[in-house]
Amino acid sequence: MMRRPAGHGGLAIGAALVGLVASVALVSLVWTPWPPLALDIAHKLQGPSAAHWFGTDHFGRDTLSMVMTGAQNALAVGLAAVGIGVAAGVPLGLAAAVRRGAVEDLVMRATDLTFAFPAVLTAVLIAALAGPGGINAVIAVGIFNIAVFARIARGAALQVTAQAFIRAAAAIGKGPWRIAAEHVLPNIAGILIVQATVQFAVAILAEAGLSYLGLGVQPPNPSWGRMLNEAQTFMFIAPGQAVFPGLAIALAVLGLNLLGDGLRDLLDPRLRVWRMG
Amino acid sequence: MLTFLSRRLLGLVLTLVAVSLVVFLVLEVLPGDVAQMILGTEAREDTLAALRHQLGLDRPAHIRYFAWIGGILRGDLGISHTYGVPVAELIGQRLAVTAPLAALAFLMSTLLAVPLGMFAASRRGRAGDWGVMAFSQIGLAIPNFWFAILLILIFAVWLRLAPAGGFPGWEAGIPSALGALLLPALALALTEAAILARIARASVLETLGADYVRTARAKGLSPGAVMWRHVLRNAMIPVTTVMGLQFAFLLGGAVIVENVFTLPGLGRLALQAIFQRDAVVVKDVALLLAGMVVVVNFLVDLACVAIDPRPRVAP
Repeated sequence: MMRRPAGHGGLAIGAALVGLVASVALVSLVWTPWPPLALDIAHKLQGPSAAHWFGTDHFGRDTLSMVMTGAQNALAVGLAAVGIGVAAGVPLGLAAAVRRGAVEDLVMRATDLTFAFPAVLTAVLIAALAGPGGINAVIAVGIFNIAVFARIARGAALQVTAQAFIRAAAAIGKGPWRIAAEHVLPNIAGILIVQATVQFAVAILAEAGLSYLGLGVQPPNPSWGRMLNEAQTFMFIAPGQAVFPGLAIALAVLGLNLLGDGLRDLLDPRLRVWRMG
Repeated sequence: MLTFLSRRLLGLVLTLVAVSLVVFLVLEVLPGDVAQMILGTEAREDTLAALRHQLGLDRPAHIRYFAWIGGILRGDLGISHTYGVPVAELIGQRLAVTAPLAALAFLMSTLLAVPLGMFAASRRGRAGDWGVMAFSQIGLAIPNFWFAILLILIFAVWLRLAPAGGFPGWEAGIPSALGALLLPALALALTEAAILARIARASVLETLGADYVRTARAKGLSPGAVMWRHVLRNAMIPVTTVMGLQFAFLLGGAVIVENVFTLPGLGRLALQAIFQRDAVVVKDVALLLAGMVVVVNFLVDLACVAIDPRPRVAP
């Protein structure tokens, strides 16, 4: 077998990019070049300079400092949205695989229905009706992840439960839930981790989209999506402002995707990862 | 074939019913009083009650559900309270933007991705393959609305070749209307193309390794003939399936991209209706969008059977 072109090199680049974004988010907790929320109207909409590497926005805030602080928001929302998906979706998927029958039908039809709605539309609906804000954005993105993880967990668990060691565990008297927790879960952890990485990327994209529409974290807290929305208004005066937040999103997502692909190749090149969202 | 078709059709109808129930329930559960929305917070309770009665909001939920579905089946989608026009009319106007936009994006992504995937598969492990996979990774990482903004920046702000947004309407002539949809479609197509190119590459690679391809080669067919007659047709099954799955994301992307380009499409209508709590419009548009996804996936299923008759026999 030949290696895929984005083999272990991709894994290293992905890990480096994710590490970079995570470090920037951590550093921004204690230090940014300028206070990210400090207004300086006299120096608004400036291009990149030695004082402001990424320039300033329409309130004269330092764009680099805002992009750095925005990383906290992106990572927090991504982590929480994936957390919701794993916490609710994996048990549902395992239940479907263990119990089969009506439980499985119910879970599968519910995920079918979730996927019938364009995810962005669902998220917009929830975020707008429940009120714009960071928490509601997390819930809106997380709900879709529940369906994704339920599907993945069920599919992977079914493959595991067909194997002999599961029958052996049942033969020595272990109940279905104990088998699911002790034998199935550890065996599907790999694919779940890979999927979590990919969904993390999808969640960052989705949150950026919601923030762009004004439905994410509310001002003054910086978010990459809303920065792009504001930059669009001033695009004719300060085009550079529309570049840096987008670049930050793209680098974070690229890093997570490469990391996910690399991990999959490392664990099992034949695994099929879904890209949903 | 007939039982297969009728089974799938029944499934389609059941799914559509379930989708309509979800749409209805979500709007029931989520907060927001339509009467209050229309009359404002200052309205008196008896005026509110009168309007609720006029709109039929005081009837039991199941009666309202059947009234809604019955109306749709008769072609009566209700009246939008923000626009004051029948929703059917509103949707018709907006569909004239979103349908060509989605079709254009679908076409662009397919025309870009399938050749790229085939090219990458035929150059496996070499520079060409690497280039296509790099394109795919970058395409996946760029949010479509940022790509849309970059396109505006390049083509409207710097080159002044295209408008920064808006839609002149089909009355302005097909060239200028299509011209306004070109950049939005490109913005939507990038992510789809990135995903499809990967699928096409993987699928062609898998087919190239199949026994019947070796047989075709062994009997002396040229590589081109093998590719066109044997590989492409079989490799297109997963590609077609994924294209169907992607349709939902295409529509979702349209919600945001239509906003970037201020296009008067269905996505923008849905968003504005949600913000204005125009429940009648939200219900109808959400059902329409989800219904489109379900129907497209049904058609994709049929297309896969048409391309390859095997799944029909297997359960």
